[in-house]
Parts: sequence; structure tokens; C-alpha cells
Amino acid sequence: MIDKLPELVNADPAIVRWGRQMNETFLVEVGEAQYLVTVRAGRIESVEKGPLVMRAWTFAIRASADAWSRFWRRVPEPGWSDLFALLRRGDVRFEGDQRVLMAYLLYLKLVLAAPRKLAA
Amino acid sequence: MTARIEQVVGRYAHLSIEGKPHRVYFEEAGQGIPLLCLHTAGSDGRQFRAVLNDPGITQHYRVVAFDMPWHGKSSPPAGWHMADYELTTTRYTDLIMTVARELDLHRPVVMGCSIGGRIVLDLAFKHARELRALVGLQSSAFGTRYYDPYWLNHAEVHGGQACGAVAYGLMSPLSPEAERWETVWHYMQGGPGVFSGDLHFYQVEGDIRARLGEIDTAVCPLYLLTGEYDYSASPADTQAAAAKIKGAKVTIMKGLGHFPMSENPEAFLGHLRPVLEDIRSATP
Repeated sequence: MIDKLPELVNADPAIVRWGRQMNETFLVEVGEAQYLVTVRAGRIESVEKGPLVMRAWTFAIRASADAWSRFWRRVPEPGWSDLFALLRRGDVRFEGDQRVLMAYLLYLKLVLAAPRKLAA
Repeated sequence: MTARIEQVVGRYAHLSIEGKPHRVYFEEAGQGIPLLCLHTAGSDGRQFRAVLNDPGITQHYRVVAFDMPWHGKSSPPAGWHMADYELTTTRYTDLIMTVARELDLHRPVVMGCSIGGRIVLDLAFKHARELRALVGLQSSAFGTRYYDPYWLNHAEVHGGQACGAVAYGLMSPLSPEAERWETVWHYMQGGPGVFSGDLHFYQVEGDIRARLGEIDTAVCPLYLLTGEYDYSASPADTQAAAAKIKGAKVTIMKGLGHFPMSENPEAFLGHLRPVLEDIRSATP
């Protein structure tokens, strides 16, 4: 799902516009799987799948594979519909520079929900 | 005029609040039983646009939605630039009762959402005899601080975008996109530190759990309506509060989120109309 972010996000100007000033690399963990996502001016420049050794990132968003799969349903159930819904239930962890994460929160919510378009 | 003009009228009232002059904006429509509407933290009275425009409601109710000071078109008092804004239970209660008194709203129904859904629980035991009924939307007895509002008012984070992002996620994915983004826009227009100042009441000071048992719904009926997609004031939070209030009537609204009246007005009105009918027929 995460590896599809470039095509899902870059083709959608309604998402890209919220990250127009963002030039950062962040880590997404789906259970054990690691993905390093690099954003340039709101476009997903690359998604590198781990394992990663000593790579730098600005912030990390970590959740279990099960939590992401419930989050990525086409219509998620109540309690699973938003990144902060996972935060409230303790099913996602934010690490690193929280300032950058909060500055681009709307963009990140839209980017990370984009894989729902691929759900059955 | 060829434009379609709404029945809603917006005006300014000059009120003394905490001993200071305030110019408070309010909108109203209809005649009959006063229905005073309280918007959510960091937003304004536009959230009630559909209630104000519903002829079935305004036929029997005088609907009034005001912008709290610091919100919407109500400015903060002179000197605001010298201190942080922070909402407390006392400030909020005094504001509501002042507006009701000064606008001649005799024994009003008070309906509030989120922080408004919290304060109606406080009004329920402090002012029950002065009120006809209470409607809490997304009511909870306390708020868990699961993110840090510090970032909502920070020079290196765009407050409008951050507040909008918080509000965005609290809505149901099933609500119409246009109404959801309208709701986000209201949040993006909030002044710096206002949303987080309201959350001081919601998440820190306004914990009402210990006093729920004092509420007597025989004196003032209490209706609690909660959208199922809200994870901030969740159905479980509302039901936990209602379990301690004898006679509270709970409705869980399927497919709605934290801003039912604004994110999906039509679906919300379907739940509100029977409640208002009930209040009209049951109370003198």
C-alpha cells in the first residue's frame, strides 16, 4: 500500500497542495516493514522499503499491520477512520520532530489515507 | 432581488461579560421556544446554519446561535493582545447565561456540541430550573488529552492548517465532502490560540465526572446525541456519562462524526427534529 503512494498522491492536486512547502523524509512502519518516504514540494519523490540501516528521518509513524489494514479500508469503521483516531486508541506512535509532523498534519492525513482508493 | 435570501438574520449585541464590554455576534431565525445553540471549540455559529434554516424547526422555535467572544465575528475584549485566552467552566457558564438573559431567551432549550455538549451537563445541575431542556451533542464528562494542543498555537506551525487538520479527522468519512470541508474552513479561520484555549476547559479544567449524579432530569430533561465516528467524544464516552445520569436519553447517530450539525446537516436534522418535537410536547 505505502509503495503505491507516489502514483496515489502525485496525481492528486487536492493532496499535493497541502504539502507544497514540505521537503522532508519520514519513516512509516507497517508492523515490521519499514518504508522511508521522501517528499519534495508536496510530491512523493520516493518510497524505499527496508530493512533500513542508520537512515535519517525527520519523524516516524509506527502502527501494526492490522491497524493499518483497518485504517485502509475503503470506508473504515468508527475508531479507525483517521490518523488521530489511531492515536486516541494508542494504536499509532509518533516519534521524532513533532513540530514538522503537526505543520503538515493535514497533508499527512490525506497522504496516509490515500491507499483507501485501492481497497476493494 | 433575485438572490435567494435565507431567513437567518445576523446582529451584534453589546454585552458586559466579566465586567468588560463585548460586541457579540449572533444569528437567529424563527419564533417560539428559545433554542440557544453553542458551537464547538475553535469554531463559530455557522455550524448551526442548517438548524437556523429548517422551517419545521423555526416554525416552533426561536433559534439563536452566537459566536463566543474570540470566535467568528465576536471580537475578543480590549486588551486581548496582552494575555492568553483560556476558557473555564465559570467563564463559559456565565457567558451562556448572560446571552440568554440579555437576549430575552426565557427558559431556553440549550443545545451545545463538544465543549457545548460538556457545558450543558454543567448547566444541567447549576441552572436546571432556568432551562426548559438540554441537548448535548458529542457530550462527554471529561476529555482525554491524546495529542498536545501546544502545537495548535505555535509560530512555526500554521495554526489554521493544524486546527483544520484536527477537525477534519473527527468527522465521518460518510459525511458529504462539501459540508466536511465547510466545517474545516471554520476551523481554519479561528484566531491564534483560541482552539487550544477552549481545549483548556475541555481537556483540563472542565472534568465533570464527579458531579453527574447531581443532575435531575425530572427538573430539566436531558437529551444526548452522539455521532458514532467521533473518537474524541466517542459513543462510549457519552454512554459512560449517561450511565450516571438517571433519565438521560441517549441517541447514537450512525454515520456521523464530531460535528453532526455541520458535517452532515440533513442526517443530523433527522435526529434533532423528533427531539425538539418531544421537548415541545412534553414541557410547558
